[in-house]
Amino acid sequence: MSMVQKQTQHFVTIKGTKDGLNLILDDSCAFRDVINELDEKLSARHIQQTEGHTITVTLKIGNRYLTEKQEKELRAMIQSKQNLEIDRIDSNVISRDEAEEERKRSTITSVARTVRSGQVLEVDGDLLLIGDVNPGGTVKAFGNIFVMGTLRGIAHAGAYGDIEAVITAAVMKPSQLKIADLISRPPDQVSASIHEAECAFVKDGQSEISVDRVQILTKVRPNLTRL
Amino acid sequence: MGDAIVITSGKGGVGKTTTTANIGTALALSGKKVCLVDTDIGLRNLDVVMGLENRIIYDLVDVAEERCRLHQALIKDKRFEALYMLPAAQTKDKSAVQPAQMKKIIDELKQDYDYVLIDCPAGIEQGFKNAIAGADKSVVVTTPETSAVRDADRIIGLLEKEENIEAPKLVVNRIRNHMMESGEMLDVDEIVSILAIDLLGIVGDDDTVITASNKGEPIALDPSSKASIAYRNIARRILGESVPLLSLQEEKGVFNKVKKFFGIRS
Repeated sequence: MSMVQKQTQHFVTIKGTKDGLNLILDDSCAFRDVINELDEKLSARHIQQTEGHTITVTLKIGNRYLTEKQEKELRAMIQSKQNLEIDRIDSNVISRDEAEEERKRSTITSVARTVRSGQVLEVDGDLLLIGDVNPGGTVKAFGNIFVMGTLRGIAHAGAYGDIEAVITAAVMKPSQLKIADLISRPPDQVSASIHEAECAFVKDGQSEISVDRVQILTKVRPNLTRL
Repeated sequence: MGDAIVITSGKGGVGKTTTTANIGTALALSGKKVCLVDTDIGLRNLDVVMGLENRIIYDLVDVAEERCRLHQALIKDKRFEALYMLPAAQTKDKSAVQPAQMKKIIDELKQDYDYVLIDCPAGIEQGFKNAIAGADKSVVVTTPETSAVRDADRIIGLLEKEENIEAPKLVVNRIRNHMMESGEMLDVDEIVSILAIDLLGIVGDDDTVITASNKGEPIALDPSSKASIAYRNIARRILGESVPLLSLQEEKGVFNKVKKFFGIRS
């Protein structure tokens, strides 16, 4: 208690909301100062008193960039306090690498070629393939996959876990479809071929891949529009 | 300076060697200087199909390892003055030759011949890499079977990565009319639409091809056979003529589609 009193400036502001605590951390002082003061304040008795139920905490760190090590330390310190649980850390800044990663994920890469047997075409964001995917060929994307030609091979959308990702093809005759970690295979009996564009997606709350007319995406994935 | 054309397929048994022998013979018939090169080291066949097996003294590996000069290993055909072949070794395996050595041999042959046809072994390993090393153009042979088309697709993908080789052309071999018409076999349209490359020719399944091969007389020599005409037409297309495809089947759709590939209007 005596240390807090000595301080002339406050680096940590605690605000209570109906969702829990907002911890607003000063972004121009040293990280060490924030940690020390936060440790002090969170150890104060009136916070520790609320026995039983957990309080969710949102950290607002302004223009401060936390290194991985600092973030870990901060999280460890807060979690060591009774009843406190971190909901999220809000920062105004991200690193160049993170920004680059973000940009890659949100761009559409267009490729004009045939993906042949044994070939793998992999992109970070969405894939727009102007051509076919032949049997034995694979296309893989972080985001969505749009095939302007015939999809006869394997398509894997949302390759890093995005279950919202979709696959569309002008002619959908895949050997396998994968969205996030779900896999589907067409039935062994080949049904009469449909001559219209189709899409594959995972319906809300389901754990299997549905295939339907491409027009249905306007309803089930309105966020595909990026105007 | 001539053209080096590699004849390849990925899958075995679709007729690479037969195609090489017959296109070579047909080109020689048109008066071109042709050299056939068998790169299937350890499993050579081209010499048998050409009927030249008992004339082999030196082979490809001898040339690569400089045990003899290139012209010493070349065998002149029985029938044509301007047709030669370079046989593969039978006692070694594919690793006995490196792509750089192959390229040197093919480059040397291109000086003296109008066409150097390279018969590629099945597979995508060392033998394939050797066969394509000196090639400027490529012909992919397939049959109307799903497995052969799948392998052809793989091979086309690998050939497209080679900067020194022009876009491959397709030969669909062993077409059986009645099966294609009844839909039991992939039809030419379907194959061309999957592989998405230009069609160089189609050859029907013909018993006389087998008889001729066994006798060491390429079928292209026999003008009464339909397969012979098909091979001669392929040779003429290689020479730059625009020859309409032989109508193997009466079905109009296939024929017209195929014509479209050569820009012929009916």
